[in-house]
Amino acid sequence: MSILVNKHTRVVVQGITGKEGSFHATQCKAYGTKMVAGVTPGKAGQEVEGIPVFNTVADAVKKTDCDTSLIFVPPPFCADAILEAADAGVKLIICITEGIPVNDMVKVKRALHGRDVRLIGPNCPGVITVDEAKIGIMPGFIHKRGVVGVVSRSGTLTYEAVHQLSTLGLGETTCVGIGGDPVNGTGFVDVLPLFEKDPETQAVVMIGEIGGDAEEKAAEYIKQHVKKPVISFIAGITAPPGRRMGHAGAIISGGKGTASEKMKALESAGVRVVKNPAEIGHAVLKALGR
Amino acid sequence: MNVHEFQAKQLFAQFGVPVPRGKEITTPEGATAWAHELNTPVFVVKAQIHAGGRGKAGGVKITKDKGAIAGLAKELLGKTLITHQTGPKGRTVHRLLLEEGANIAKELYLSILVDRDTGWPTFIASTEGGMEIEEVAEKTPEKIIKEAIDPAVGFQGHNGRNVAFALGLQHMEPAVINPFVQMLGNLYRLFMEKHAALVEINPLIITKEKTLVALDGKVSFDDNGMFKHEDVQQMRDLNEEDPLEIEATANNLNYVKLDGNIGCMVNGAGLAMATMDVIKLAGSEPANFLDVGGGATKDTVAAGFRILLKDPNVKGIFINIFGGIVRCERIAHGVIEAAKEVKIAVPLVVRLQGTNADEGRKLLADSGLKLEVANDLWEAAQKIVKLTGKAA
Repeated sequence: MSILVNKHTRVVVQGITGKEGSFHATQCKAYGTKMVAGVTPGKAGQEVEGIPVFNTVADAVKKTDCDTSLIFVPPPFCADAILEAADAGVKLIICITEGIPVNDMVKVKRALHGRDVRLIGPNCPGVITVDEAKIGIMPGFIHKRGVVGVVSRSGTLTYEAVHQLSTLGLGETTCVGIGGDPVNGTGFVDVLPLFEKDPETQAVVMIGEIGGDAEEKAAEYIKQHVKKPVISFIAGITAPPGRRMGHAGAIISGGKGTASEKMKALESAGVRVVKNPAEIGHAVLKALGR
Repeated sequence: MNVHEFQAKQLFAQFGVPVPRGKEITTPEGATAWAHELNTPVFVVKAQIHAGGRGKAGGVKITKDKGAIAGLAKELLGKTLITHQTGPKGRTVHRLLLEEGANIAKELYLSILVDRDTGWPTFIASTEGGMEIEEVAEKTPEKIIKEAIDPAVGFQGHNGRNVAFALGLQHMEPAVINPFVQMLGNLYRLFMEKHAALVEINPLIITKEKTLVALDGKVSFDDNGMFKHEDVQQMRDLNEEDPLEIEATANNLNYVKLDGNIGCMVNGAGLAMATMDVIKLAGSEPANFLDVGGGATKDTVAAGFRILLKDPNVKGIFINIFGGIVRCERIAHGVIEAAKEVKIAVPLVVRLQGTNADEGRKLLADSGLKLEVANDLWEAAQKIVKLTGKAA
């Protein structure tokens, strides 16, 4: 078992003929993911690594039965691309693109509200179910099939945590990057129940960062609904207020969204909060009594 | 991106939000000339810097004497203002806003931003104008009024009326209710159309003449939306930004200067923050946040080194790369090449992990460069802290 994606997931890549799109479509395919279609308007009939290219997502769905979209479309056109995927009936949209204007995402989020579609990201590394499907830009080889679910606002910091889990022999089930933007499709509270239900996942690593209150919301949820051990690291304890730390969402404003507030909320919900990012793996070992 | 008050007010005027008559001033002569044109009973001279707390720091002058304006302008231009938002070094004043004074009957607070929880643009209003809104929210949360705007349909009249009546405008001055509702609609348009991150009016005043005026104004913008707005980009004032941060942006690097003495260069924002945190845990302080991004090359690494080394506080450098798409042997080549171009006289610890990490570490070890290589994050942090000495 796993969450969100598996070996049956059929992926369409929007922006497949671009540099990023073609590179990562190739990588995902090499990992074993069913990459069935690509979309670049005006380039129907071409192929990228044997993946057929269509003009529209609707065409791709009709011809290939794809159910998940992976988006590399540049920021100015990305909101449009997400909405196109939703309108074409794709159920899971994973948006890698970084730099989408917040107000574009405000409109996208509102347009997707109440519809039977899930958006992951934007500005995220994607989703991987180990040994089944890699739908994103994460390096596949650092993952090892195992028992830990990972959900994170960060990219390379997630790789760091995964590397520790794999090296210690714990391994992962599914890793979900929810992205570093202030307005995104899926939050911690959407992913946590999936891991709680997944029989293969024994523990959850949750990686947060400064800004917003997604971690505080997660703490509330965990307190009420999550029985599996949750281990968390929050990046940015040294970040000063008012300065944006790379991610558009990583900013402490009006004294809110500090790392220590988040750690406190999580600890009071019974989460094992790790202060040292180098100790995430060991904390999971300990939580599982290994 | 932030802009000055006078620029915020230009945008307000453009969108039909009433502001005092005023103009940007850069010389005492210009001040005198504008004062004659303005011809008002009370003049206000306001220092323009990207920081709050200007009044308390002596950056705002009020006078009825037209003849005194040039002197006040001379006093403020070139002066360094130190406020709670500028840091101890303060900011030099390069421009002023000279505007007409107003007859204040009542001060209010009004702002709009995206509520991250709902993803909807949301107005925040309060009767406690002129105060720090964070303080109001902390001490008297019942005085904070919130009104979320459905982005599917945009601002509606009832949104404005909800705020107007919650503020009690019907008791204060019924004549301003309709202009207030209209003003909120205009602010919503400004917020969405210009890709603002925050529009704040504090105070928004009701004058004795029963009108509304944005007496102060602050607008900050979503950097991701700026490619659509040439006019807003023109408002950028490089005087208000750290020169190293400007250089970093020009090299597509994401850099924020901090006060510690260990410079760090990392790929990815989350890992960069985690690296800063681990430096602190190991007993020192980071000198910066620096994310070299997913496509780090020899040139980005070299630019990163140059920027880090221009900060005189930097006593050591910690490079932390988790290779994914970025291959570690490329980073290693980058470090070796960059070290030839940029003289590195401080201790250097390089931690490589992920794609082709072994190859990268071997390249560095064989390069003859004076540096320490580490596998593990904690080991690397301890090494660099040991080499540079703990923070005082």
